[in-house]
Amino acid sequence: MQFGIFTVGDRTTDPTTGDTPTENARIKAMVAIAQKVEEVGLDVFATGEHHNPPFVPSSPTTLLGYIAGQTSRIILSTATTLITTNDPVKIAEDFAMLQHLADGRVDLTLGRGNTGPVYPWFGKDIREGIPLALENYALLRRLWREESVDWEGQFRTPLQGFQSTPRPLDGVPPFVWHGSIRSPEIAEQAAYYGDGFFSNHIFWPASHTAKMVRYYRQRFEHYGHGTAAQAMVGLGGQVFMSKNSQDAKRDFRPYFDNAPVYGNGPSMEDFTSQTPLTVGSPQEVIDRTLGFRDYVGDYQRQLWLMDHAGLPLKTVLEQLDLLGEEVVPVLRREFAKNRPATVPDAPTHESLRLARVAATVPAAAGRDDLDTAAAIAPAHTGAAFGRARA
Amino acid sequence: MRTLAVVSAGLSQPSSTRLLADKLATATLTRLHDENVETRLLTFELRDYAQDVMNNMLTGFASPRLQTMIDAVTTADGLIAVTPIFTTSYSGLFKSFFDVLDNRALTDQPVLIGATAGTARHSLALDYALRPMFTYLHAVVVPTSVFAASEDWGSGDGRGRVATLPARIERAAGELAALVARSDRSARVQDPFELPAGFNPAGSGLSR
Repeated sequence: MQFGIFTVGDRTTDPTTGDTPTENARIKAMVAIAQKVEEVGLDVFATGEHHNPPFVPSSPTTLLGYIAGQTSRIILSTATTLITTNDPVKIAEDFAMLQHLADGRVDLTLGRGNTGPVYPWFGKDIREGIPLALENYALLRRLWREESVDWEGQFRTPLQGFQSTPRPLDGVPPFVWHGSIRSPEIAEQAAYYGDGFFSNHIFWPASHTAKMVRYYRQRFEHYGHGTAAQAMVGLGGQVFMSKNSQDAKRDFRPYFDNAPVYGNGPSMEDFTSQTPLTVGSPQEVIDRTLGFRDYVGDYQRQLWLMDHAGLPLKTVLEQLDLLGEEVVPVLRREFAKNRPATVPDAPTHESLRLARVAATVPAAAGRDDLDTAAAIAPAHTGAAFGRARA
Repeated sequence: MRTLAVVSAGLSQPSSTRLLADKLATATLTRLHDENVETRLLTFELRDYAQDVMNNMLTGFASPRLQTMIDAVTTADGLIAVTPIFTTSYSGLFKSFFDVLDNRALTDQPVLIGATAGTARHSLALDYALRPMFTYLHAVVVPTSVFAASEDWGSGDGRGRVATLPARIERAAGELAALVARSDRSARVQDPFELPAGFNPAGSGLSR
């Protein structure tokens, strides 16, 4: 099981002080947060991608490349990379380059984006969001797996004899998660390829997430990548903690009440009861997070949103200390209990590399376009993938 | 068994909007009863859901109680939707409710629209505001819509020379009842994961 942080990269005014971080301060804060993620023993740092203020992370691989040089252990990821408006050729190249610099500590989550004008700014039509996501990803996969690509589609100029460079590290493409809140087409796409499915869970009721994940698991099994229980599921989450539950509620309330997404809407109490947002003691966060397994099954990755709504960096780093010291060690232990041995951990570069070595043994040949999670599921390759850090 | 949903956006208590909604519902149920079509009536006052509707607009998801109500409305065999006319159009609450529905949720649903206002000078709001909105949503709006100005509540039974409020209600109810009687909407299985026909997860690019 992997635990980590995902950041939106918003510049939001701190409602308690009126301070708004500069772009420079915000970007440097994201680096500091990533370093803290490594320091406190979490596994993943993921950044969003945005092309409009008040957000700063328009260039995720630049940010992650720098963080790669500042860290040595954590996986660098995205939440999400826009598969609709980015050129899949550039995604293939940028993330392969990042893989080399980070020695394989890279995966990514694809999303369509929810900011209407970004589509026309990048020459695309928002009404074609789903077809763009499907076609662009189909091309991205081939660019990472084939050395000379002839290709023609509806949305970009055709390619003849194209080879993206650098090639993925060790010939192993980064693992891909597909993020979607409510489009069954994307869950279907993730299942079809045996890729991961990331449910950003934080602004939606649990009942909805449960249905989406169940659908993805069923389709994963349908497409022959393993059992439904072996599908790769990631969840978002959102917490604010204090040793004392009442202090957490008091301290977070001004940020909640003014937050860009839900501010001036439902009360914090209603919102915490209707979504995974948890504001309370570390023990309450532990209990709530363990409860996610009740409705999505044993899963592979838990990311939290921490640095948003104007929370100052100092507070975010304190929150990460609490996560690393009091929450995640307990979650690792508790999630490991009763977890069937047949449920795989999230793929890492090393597990995928070993699986690739195993797959080059002729007997392991299968559909070569459906090779990621299927290839590392234990039923297929025995011990050829790594266990999570305990 | 059919289901008839009523959505009333009246704000006062009691409200003439709710009164009109109830009259339309009763007339429709009577027609269905006469044709031996057993029908269940579900009436919702949007005032009771006002905060949930606004929270949905802000957060993007419905609270559990609003979701239950939305499911009941959108799966009904017929809908009677009645609003007061505020500032020449439907009330903001009425519009907000329909704004938070999925824009495919009312496709093919039989709908009877009604409105109330202080004077008959607002009656065209039904045809320039409500009817286009439901047409956009691909609902089937019955030809007769019913407007009740304050003075209509003192009109006769419709047997005189001009068609009064009771006569318009009867006519509209007959039109809606005919569509509800034929509907299988409430019996359909809802599949939120239904993929579009011809969906291909690998997209439309050509391999070679």
